[in-house]
Amino acid sequence: MVNRWMKRLVPFMAMMLFLLTGCDYELAGVLSPKGPVAERQLELILLSLGVMILVLIVVFVLFFTVIVRFRRKPGQDEIPEQIEGNHKLEVTWTVIPILLLTILAIPMVVVTFNLEDEAQAFETEDALLIKVTGKQFWWEFEYPAQGIVTAQEVYIPVGEKVVFQLTASDVQHSFWVPELGGKKDTNVGNRNINYLYLEAEYPGVYKGKCAELCGQGHALMDFKVHAVERAEFDAWVKNMLTPATVTADVEKGAELFDNTCLTCHAVDPGQLSVGPNLNGFADRAYIGGFIENNADNLAQWIKDPLSMKPGVTMPGFQNSLTEEEINEIVKYLQSLN
Amino acid sequence: MAHAHAQASAHSHAHVHEHKKRYTGIMDWLTTVDHKKIGILYLGAGLVFFLIAGLEAVFVRLQLMYPMNNVLSAQQFNEMITMHGTTMLFLAALPILYGFFNFIVPLQIGARDVAFPFLNSLGFWTFVFGGILLNLGFFTGSLPDAGWTAYPPLSTMYSPGEGMDLYSIGLQLSGIGTLLGGINFIVTIVNMRAPGMTMMRMPLFTWTCFVMSILIVFAFSAFAVGLLMLTFDRIFGGNFFNPTTGGNVILWQHIFWIFGHPEVYILILPAFGILSEVIPTFSRKRLFGYTSMVFATAIIGFLGFMVWAHHMFTVGMGAVANTLFSIATMLIAVPTGIKIFNWIFTMWKGQITFNTANLFATGFIPSFTMGGVTGVMLAIAAADYQFQDSYFVVAHFHYVIVGGTVHGIFAAFFYWFPKMFGRKLNETLGKIMFWLFLIGFHMTFFVQHWLGLIGMPRRVYTYLDGQPGWNEMNFVSSVGALLMSVAVILLLINVIITMRKPADAEGDAWGDGRTLEWAIASPPPEYNFKQVPLVRGLDPWWLEKRAGRKEMTPAEPVGPIHMPNGSILPLIMSIGLFIAGLGIMYSQTIVAVLGFGVLIVCMVIRSLVDDPGYHIDPEELDSKGVKA
Repeated sequence: MVNRWMKRLVPFMAMMLFLLTGCDYELAGVLSPKGPVAERQLELILLSLGVMILVLIVVFVLFFTVIVRFRRKPGQDEIPEQIEGNHKLEVTWTVIPILLLTILAIPMVVVTFNLEDEAQAFETEDALLIKVTGKQFWWEFEYPAQGIVTAQEVYIPVGEKVVFQLTASDVQHSFWVPELGGKKDTNVGNRNINYLYLEAEYPGVYKGKCAELCGQGHALMDFKVHAVERAEFDAWVKNMLTPATVTADVEKGAELFDNTCLTCHAVDPGQLSVGPNLNGFADRAYIGGFIENNADNLAQWIKDPLSMKPGVTMPGFQNSLTEEEINEIVKYLQSLN
Repeated sequence: MAHAHAQASAHSHAHVHEHKKRYTGIMDWLTTVDHKKIGILYLGAGLVFFLIAGLEAVFVRLQLMYPMNNVLSAQQFNEMITMHGTTMLFLAALPILYGFFNFIVPLQIGARDVAFPFLNSLGFWTFVFGGILLNLGFFTGSLPDAGWTAYPPLSTMYSPGEGMDLYSIGLQLSGIGTLLGGINFIVTIVNMRAPGMTMMRMPLFTWTCFVMSILIVFAFSAFAVGLLMLTFDRIFGGNFFNPTTGGNVILWQHIFWIFGHPEVYILILPAFGILSEVIPTFSRKRLFGYTSMVFATAIIGFLGFMVWAHHMFTVGMGAVANTLFSIATMLIAVPTGIKIFNWIFTMWKGQITFNTANLFATGFIPSFTMGGVTGVMLAIAAADYQFQDSYFVVAHFHYVIVGGTVHGIFAAFFYWFPKMFGRKLNETLGKIMFWLFLIGFHMTFFVQHWLGLIGMPRRVYTYLDGQPGWNEMNFVSSVGALLMSVAVILLLINVIITMRKPADAEGDAWGDGRTLEWAIASPPPEYNFKQVPLVRGLDPWWLEKRAGRKEMTPAEPVGPIHMPNGSILPLIMSIGLFIAGLGIMYSQTIVAVLGFGVLIVCMVIRSLVDDPGYHIDPEELDSKGVKA
């Protein structure tokens, strides 16, 4: 697996490379791996980058030497020697690239097979399986063993293997959490179902994205991965399985919600629905995956979601519900913890 | 050609002239079957589409200049990226390269025209009308919006409106044109070489045209089938890619990329060929390692068909397929590397002149190499899971297509402009353009590597504010795009200024021409060679010059030259196909039948009416009246 020195070298080299761009930003995305998968992939990237920079240096040195040294000087009229070629040189620049590619190919084969094996491990080993369904333009997460369905924000325990089972219900999407590891496509039609192994080494909230053009809302089809300690994860599961109590002040909103929104949405823990399951909505940081979750934004979303996220399939309710009714629903949603 | 002479000499003067149909003015351009004029038409049409697609790119970059910007809506953005990609690849880069092929390749092999002049014209007009059909959306209000890759079901069930119909039918039409051109080039190069011009004496530009044409015939056929299936799914209720009725969307991805990957080599091989002409000329040295260059070209062409699935590493093909395609892809780096080193060593011990043509040609080497090395990085399957569909990929393919193909095209434009129009482009403007373009290009695309690595997916119409580095890098990228636009405007100004000057370029305009096109006048007469030249080795014109001769040694006596008549039929046939396309799109059977009817009638006329062409007599050859 990962050598100790590599573990230190990788972030260091990534940092050095980033310095080359002259920016002092915090590392993010692929360059800031937060789990073993992303780490191994970054190692591959840096190894190949290293070899390629070597190649670039050779080419650049030769190139600039040539274009400086062999410019035509004034009065230079004799005909230069017409050199046909040079077998030794030509063999050299055929063989060396092959050697360099072999250096890259071996770890590539190893890592590619390992990642694939580990994604299949959920069948025999103890890995958390989460079913992911990509939909225009949001993500549904189902925990079959726990009996939980949620959307947009997925919780995983730190330091444990997680296998995501990927499908899509409408068009092709691609499931990507740069800090945890590379992506895989969510294919439509319940065939070519993909399994993606990811693991978080450190607790944190990691940005997830759709990487395959899927329509108007593609750019904003964000989700979040909450990596939490096991105890916290268990607590979250328990909380999700306990229906929120409907207190007197949100009763009106609950009724309106049941009559209007339940057509598409759901709030029961394990229920799949056309729109996102809103169980535990009050604990979500974002509406629609990227808009801050507060009462104003939520009311605006219910009135006219298209104005906030292009292409969403949810209709706007500014004409069918009164301002007051919308506020009641907002209040109810914010009580769903 | 030679066999026609004896027969022709038997005819009386007057009889020969009876068959001669020469149009003038606009009719001349609409009916021409002269490869040089068709070449210029290709260049002109390609340039127009290049400007349109460039403008679309500018809109894309303006939208991404600031976070949550509102220059374009999400829908308009998706339309712009789709049209930018599709137009640039099918209607700009490819036709411009076809323009150079048409004009230069017959000259380089010592031929008087391509093998099928009528087909050549038909190919051009079908391409033009396919391009117009694709762009009709600007007038009807619904443009293709599913990306140039058009993955179903986004491109089928989830793309209402006729936008994607324009894509499937428009590209089908322009694809027919491209296929006809490819077949024509293959036959021309195999059959019409001058005496002594063996395959291994062909200039590299002709070689790349040959290999590229073979790629076109195989790749565009696959694409034509794919497009037909897409058309069936969209218009006739087909189920090829409909997952709810048992179709498979991944089938399209395979069909698309088995075309789409060779398409990349279709675009870059000619640029390799251009470099292999420009660099030796301006280094005053023969191409280093000619044989290995030829084999590298052929191997790249072959491997180009073996690697399509590297575009699909994340689709879930399994580790075995992924690693195999990964290794095959890495292998392409070897022949490509051979080429890079051969160009550098062509300049080694040479006498290099840096005019604009050579600036673009040498500027190609570092820029393209940078795109090449990121290609090897992308080839590593497990690492590609991170790169796939991120801005890193956008950076990579713009480095190879802009840093490679577009640099090559500009080099060719400056290099062959005197041959095509008899005038040299302005060098000062050209050099300013080169530096602006080079700086703008690196500004635009270098930062995109980092954007990809910090997590920016491609094809996003906007991004959220407050992500470290995103705003600044996107801004830099957009400014770079504007610099490139200024460079292209300078090129237009340069062309306008130059065309107002007298046509006084010498035949061997650069003084150090090596290949046959430099042995004849600039611009060449319509029959190209008064006498077909005898080729005595690689770089035949250079060899004759070194032997102290002022013109090529002829391989035939002076005699009447048989020329094909111009014809308006290709234009009418293309219009027929265009009408048929519209009819199919809007499910108007009568219109479609009418369109195909026009096509068939033209084919019948072409088959039944003999068109023996005409002859140019030896006396006429000496007067200047027959210059093209």
